[in-house]
Amino acid sequence: MTTSLPPWHEIVLNVFKANEVKLITYVPDNVLKPLIQALHADPYFTCFATAREEEAVGILSGAWMAGLKGILLMQTSGFATLPNVLASLPCAFQIPVLMMISERGTLGEFNVGQAAVCRTMRPILDSLAMEHHTVSRLDECEFIVDRTIRQAHLTQAPAALILSPLLTGGKAVQGTGAQA
Amino acid sequence: MSATTHNLKRMYRFDLTQRLVAKLKQEEAVIGGIGHSNFDLWAVGHRPQNFYMLGSMGLAIPIAMGVAMAQPARKTFALEGDGSLLMELGCLATVAAQAPKNLIIVLFDNGIYQITGGQPTPGLHADYVAIARGCGLATATWAADEADFERLLDNALATDGPHFIGCKLDEQKPRAQTERDPAQIRDRFMRGMGTKKNRTLG
Repeated sequence: MTTSLPPWHEIVLNVFKANEVKLITYVPDNVLKPLIQALHADPYFTCFATAREEEAVGILSGAWMAGLKGILLMQTSGFATLPNVLASLPCAFQIPVLMMISERGTLGEFNVGQAAVCRTMRPILDSLAMEHHTVSRLDECEFIVDRTIRQAHLTQAPAALILSPLLTGGKAVQGTGAQA
Repeated sequence: MSATTHNLKRMYRFDLTQRLVAKLKQEEAVIGGIGHSNFDLWAVGHRPQNFYMLGSMGLAIPIAMGVAMAQPARKTFALEGDGSLLMELGCLATVAAQAPKNLIIVLFDNGIYQITGGQPTPGLHADYVAIARGCGLATATWAADEADFERLLDNALATDGPHFIGCKLDEQKPRAQTERDPAQIRDRFMRGMGTKKNRTLG
């Protein structure tokens, strides 16, 4: 890895632009904060929070059918609320809903709830036959994000990009656990 | 126009849908929520600008909001049932925050899950217009009867929204059942929206 690469969130933002992904809906995560801030600051993007991740799947589906490309940013627990709407809207109707998931619940998670829900994410994606890739290295970030977005649009299939703590640093581990 | 639910006429969904579609002269988009909301839209007569949901209960308003944001010059309707809206009440806050001017929400409130056997929803004491207003949709209103519904539609088509029109329904069943072919529904809708342009289908 060279030291000249920009931070992951800058790479992601530029890939969104290159693919005309303009509509950004999110339910936030601390790890996504720098990306969300940069997207809000850039007038190229329309960027807003939804009350629930399901809503964003609806908004992105409608927007894509009417000619506007977008993506949903969320964390692992948010993804776990989505199987019904993913199966019956983007999967059934062949709509390329894109998702970027900050991976919580692994590699130093402190919240047992996050750790439990994390284990459901890839099995859900696999059972829906949804394309998904995990970005863990800065030098692979542009390639994986760009190619996944392109393939989703070209094949009219939803896809998920999982941002590993290996890429983002994750959320800092707090403490060392209860003492016996 | 009414802000309260007492004395509201309980109306027939097919008749209201027919009245709505008759007013559409500018290729307006219409998103029919799951179940009977889209069955009667289909029964009135297919238009390329109609999208019929098959699942994803509660997402008619978000889908319509996405269409409205992508094409700000096109008026876009969401036809949603009360049971569906209860699944995704938070979307009304999102609509109010983004305030797409071309979005018109029509709520069909029969108080029951008609398609699953008529069980009452938990919204027995819920006033959805009051909820919409509380979320920031200040002009949300109940239609008192059919003539009032038509007047509210004319106003919604002529003025900036987002608009929210609540309708109390009787318990009459839908006239037909939508053909369940999601890829075809999506393809025809995209042609209706002008995002697919070749002329193989309509």
